[in-house]
Amino acid sequence: MLSYIIKRLLWAIPTLLGVSLLVFSMVHLIPGDPALMMLGEHASAASIFELKEQMGLNKPIIEQYFSYVANAVQGDFGISLVSGEPVIDEFMERFPATVELAMFAMFFAVIAGLFAGIISAVKRYSIFDYAAMSTALAGVSMPVFWLGLMLIYFFSVELAWLPVSGRLGYEFDIEGPTGLYLIDSLLVSDYDAFWDAAKHLVLPGLALGTIPMAIIARMTRASMIEVMKEEYIRTARAKGCSNMQVIMVHALKNALLPVLTVVGLMVGTLFAGAILTETTFSWPGIGKWLINAVHQRDFPIIQSTTLIIASMFVMVNLIVDVLYAVVNPRIRLS
Amino acid sequence: MKKIILALFVFLSSLTFAATPQVGGTLVFGKSGDATTLDPSHVSDGESFHIATAIYDTLVQFKYGTTELEPALATSWDIADNGLEYVFHLRKGVYFSKTKYFKKKSEFTSADVVFSFKRQFDKKHAFNKIGGAYIYWSAMDMSKIVKDVIAVDKYTVKFLLKRQESPFLANLGMEFASILSNDYAMSLLKKGKTRNLGKKPVGTGPFVFKKWVKDDKFIFLANKNYWDGRPYLNKLIFKVITNNAVRAAELKAGSIHVMDFPNPAEVASLEANSKIKLVKQEGLNVGYLAFNQERKPFDNVLVRRAISHAINTQGIVDSIYEGLGKVATNPIPPTMWSYNKNLKGYDYDIKKAKALLKEAGFPNGFETNIWAMPVARPYNPNGRKVAEAMQADLAKVGIKVKIISYDWGTYLKKAAMGEHDMVLLGWSGDNGDPDNFLNVLLSKHGAMHKPAENKAFWKNDEFTALIDKAKQVTDIKERTALYMKAQVIFEEEAVWKPIAHSLVIVPMLNKVHGFKIDPSSKRRFKEVWIEK
Repeated sequence: MLSYIIKRLLWAIPTLLGVSLLVFSMVHLIPGDPALMMLGEHASAASIFELKEQMGLNKPIIEQYFSYVANAVQGDFGISLVSGEPVIDEFMERFPATVELAMFAMFFAVIAGLFAGIISAVKRYSIFDYAAMSTALAGVSMPVFWLGLMLIYFFSVELAWLPVSGRLGYEFDIEGPTGLYLIDSLLVSDYDAFWDAAKHLVLPGLALGTIPMAIIARMTRASMIEVMKEEYIRTARAKGCSNMQVIMVHALKNALLPVLTVVGLMVGTLFAGAILTETTFSWPGIGKWLINAVHQRDFPIIQSTTLIIASMFVMVNLIVDVLYAVVNPRIRLS
Repeated sequence: MKKIILALFVFLSSLTFAATPQVGGTLVFGKSGDATTLDPSHVSDGESFHIATAIYDTLVQFKYGTTELEPALATSWDIADNGLEYVFHLRKGVYFSKTKYFKKKSEFTSADVVFSFKRQFDKKHAFNKIGGAYIYWSAMDMSKIVKDVIAVDKYTVKFLLKRQESPFLANLGMEFASILSNDYAMSLLKKGKTRNLGKKPVGTGPFVFKKWVKDDKFIFLANKNYWDGRPYLNKLIFKVITNNAVRAAELKAGSIHVMDFPNPAEVASLEANSKIKLVKQEGLNVGYLAFNQERKPFDNVLVRRAISHAINTQGIVDSIYEGLGKVATNPIPPTMWSYNKNLKGYDYDIKKAKALLKEAGFPNGFETNIWAMPVARPYNPNGRKVAEAMQADLAKVGIKVKIISYDWGTYLKKAAMGEHDMVLLGWSGDNGDPDNFLNVLLSKHGAMHKPAENKAFWKNDEFTALIDKAKQVTDIKERTALYMKAQVIFEEEAVWKPIAHSLVIVPMLNKVHGFKIDPSSKRRFKEVWIEK
């Protein structure tokens, strides 16, 4: 097991190098340079040159790449061209917001997705099955920004049940060790703030969780249907297990394996979705920050953040694979 | 009867009540983006400047809602006859606001002025290398204007200039010229926390900085000791809401009071909302079509006039600006001082256009090109569509137009080299000074060397002489007269076809009063109050 983990970690190195090279070249290939973005069309060629000089962008491109990689290896992710702050500080300031949103979305996606998937599988070809699966299909096909706006118009503007955007009402102020508002507010027993933070989570959480929910639902359904045909299910029934027991104990446990892999891969989907969700709901996380950095051509932020996210993706999938072996001892990690 | 009188009394008292500003309350302003840093010398974007406007002061400032200058931290100033020395007499008894992180009672003096400017150009200054590039200082070419800043005594500061530059005074009213505290900066230097200058600001402005949650919100409290009287609001919150539609939804839900930049398509629905009112004003900008006079047949004034008559700018503004623009006739916007109201521009008249073309020797028109901007700017929301409308208009007088476009960086570079016949561009004003438009965009100086800012490559001696003179005299009346005359020459020569000035629209709840749009796109809240 340990040697497997080490091997996987070593494999991550070329993956991340590939990511860094890809992102670096794409970032430098898109038209528009940061100095021009900052100075606007008024700028003279001389002042653009001067600013690029100050930003270190006049150096040969290869040199820029190598110094970026060399620094990143040592944990130095560079300085934002626009704000002048270390990228890692700016990242850490916003990361908890994204984590909170992503966890909420994932929680919703797993619970709702499993539920819909199981029922659809058990009551195959029933009204419920068709309804759940067409909702899932709609969920996968719906663009997050559109869904987000619809949710806002319906629940916030028309019904006025939930806040329109943001992470917390302006009358509240939560500070705490985790940066996760739900936890920090409970730590200081500020229940009003907790409630407000929770209400702010609902709509973006739904918007972000819809696609993963739909995928999990379809996956669970397919996997459950597959498992229900197995002989051990027949055995379980023959033993006299109740229908509920058969589904929850015998079938679900085995059906969950492929779902687990999907959940791991979904971390990538969540980060991608977070960019749109955060922009729509003015959620102060890294997705919104990253898209802003792209607009401003803030190279260090784009390069480093993608690298950090890619590393997380690799890590999460490693953990999922290890879990896989734990859940299913028949699979040997070698 | 009694009831009626009582009702009338209540009604009248509510009227007078509404007209008198009320102190108190919290105002939430929905802005479209976060600030990059709170040190205004390192930024060039409006979103960051909004913060500076709230917490800092400048030596001179624009009179609320205008481009006229008035005293601020400097109560008066003397300008030497040769225009190379500006002496500012500073306001006495002004203190920097105390905050959690700066508790010292620190009076505003000449040392603060020297600090705020010298760090931007003196390479040996302790803060010169801190916080990144001095973007606006570079963009305004200040290093070519300012030679030195000297503290004469505690309340007097002298600026030495390298060249005569009347607009210099207006530059000092801009955010990059905000006055920061020297004491605070030095205390940060001692503690090795110089970066806090961009994160935890200390200023003399109408609001005191309390908190910044990145990409989320800013919290400010009223500066109750403000030298110009305290603001009406107790608390000011800037909420960052990037999506225009979501910002509008927040306003409709009443969870914010004022919003920036509505979607053009949404203006009508906001206007129809009984809880919301719109404040409108022409922006400090102009969108134009420049004729390259270095290329034939645009060296011929008759051709330029013919095209000016042939293009239907009203039609373009109506269909493409979606009501967020006003037809332009002048090279400067109407909110700017010295705007010449007598100019009527070239009206849309195909007959006149055809006659002029015939007179110029092109009875059947000719072939040419229009460059279309690839990006949306406030002064031109869709370069491609504007170019297509012009193409259709010009086809009616026999001129065949090819539309050309590049990515934005290439576009600007090639246009600066004069590779176009006609080019669509525009300008957003910096300091509210006409020189910032007329000199940069239209004088001979801007056309002599490539890359050039004068995209018409118009080299008119008479016009340039007027602009040069206006730059050297400091009397505003005299300058106004010179600029008025310069605009007449601009029109006679049909240098550009001015298209539009964008309309700035700020929607807000009805209960918000006292908000004026600043031409220099500042968002000022000192005079704003909320009706209870």
